Amino acid sequence: MSLTHTRRTLLCVICESSIEAAVVADARRLGAHGYTVSDARGWGNHGERDGGWPMSGNVRIEILSEASVADAIATHLQKTYFAAYAMVCYLSEVSVLRSDKF
Amino acid sequence: MPFEPVILFFLLGVLAGVVRSDLKIPAVLYESLSIFLLLAIGLKGGVELARQPLAELAGPALVVVGVGALLPLIAFPVLQRLGRLSRSDAASVAAHYGSVSVVTFAVGAAYLSNLRQAYEGYMVVFLVLLEFPALMIGVWLAKRGQGDANLGKVLHEVFAGKSILLLVGGLLIGWLAGAEGLKPLDKVFFDLFKGLLAIFLLEMGLVAASRFDDLKRAGAFLLGFAIAMPLFAGTLGALTASVLGFSVGGAALLATLYASASYIAAPAAMRIAVPEANPALSIGAALGITFPFNLVVGIPTYFWLARQLEGVV
Repeated sequence: MSLTHTRRTLLCVICESSIEAAVVADARRLGAHGYTVSDARGWGNHGERDGGWPMSGNVRIEILSEASVADAIATHLQKTYFAAYAMVCYLSEVSVLRSDKF
Repeated sequence: MPFEPVILFFLLGVLAGVVRSDLKIPAVLYESLSIFLLLAIGLKGGVELARQPLAELAGPALVVVGVGALLPLIAFPVLQRLGRLSRSDAASVAAHYGSVSVVTFAVGAAYLSNLRQAYEGYMVVFLVLLEFPALMIGVWLAKRGQGDANLGKVLHEVFAGKSILLLVGGLLIGWLAGAEGLKPLDKVFFDLFKGLLAIFLLEMGLVAASRFDDLKRAGAFLLGFAIAMPLFAGTLGALTASVLGFSVGGAALLATLYASASYIAAPAAMRIAVPEANPALSIGAALGITFPFNLVVGIPTYFWLARQLEGVV
């Protein structure tokens, strides 16, 4: 049986865990069919984010969707959160199976 | 006087942070310990509350919360005018210092127990009541005249947040079950309390040390504020308690509550409600200076003050 690949966009958001609930609520409102969240640690403009206690925790939120939805979410995040919060956002083209899910 | 051992655990954590040890308390353990401590403190207060007619508490509670609400209102203009902080930064720092720290309270209570000094068990009720008014005032100070106050979000963040939920939940369970009813749980919640507080403080030492870098950015004014504010608030607390006729232990604990700065509920609420405030300033001051200061110097000072004021006011 051969696999059927379809092109979709993977939006990856790495941000402070304090805004996780707000970001995923925005993503759902803007059309995301699902998301995956994992804890993350790292270092950048906001210093070390070591996840040792809640205020230094980061999360990585991954959202697979059609390009238009990913663009809408990324545009919204840029407008709403970039100025005041630690947030990194990137998009990539990926091949997915069962494209109807995304 | 015997040195309170849990503070030594805190200092060990600070030392580990300063020498960049690989010691790390897993985040899940931090979460678990904070759930345990909040519940245990709530339960203990609830048991004491069950011995007390609630109506008698209403008057003192009103005074304690009213005077407590003055703290952020006093801190804000000082931070904004003298410290030249932006409005949102000044409001956020004021909210941190107006709200209270559960762990500082727990260490204060442990300090008094170590000295066999009795205190009113219902102080935990004040701990709960003092946690949120300052946060509301902080958001109001930051957003005055801007229309977009986000107070609803703050209310949800605070009341549905784990610290109020577990403290109030523990209080209610303790109050309903009473000392006899809770006996089977004593070993877990009361006997283990101090040991687990010690491990939690080890972690807080590590976290406090990790905020020291923020302090370089905070500037001399905020460093001074982080020591002067708790001393001022502690004095106000000891005076208020004396006027209300609390015991020496109760006065020392109320002073500790007023002097403490929140670093769990306040940072979370301010981050959501006042995003433009720089969290490095408020958390750096509250956790990097005021928390260690209160643990090592503040609590014994407030106890001494409470003893001096006994019978004077």
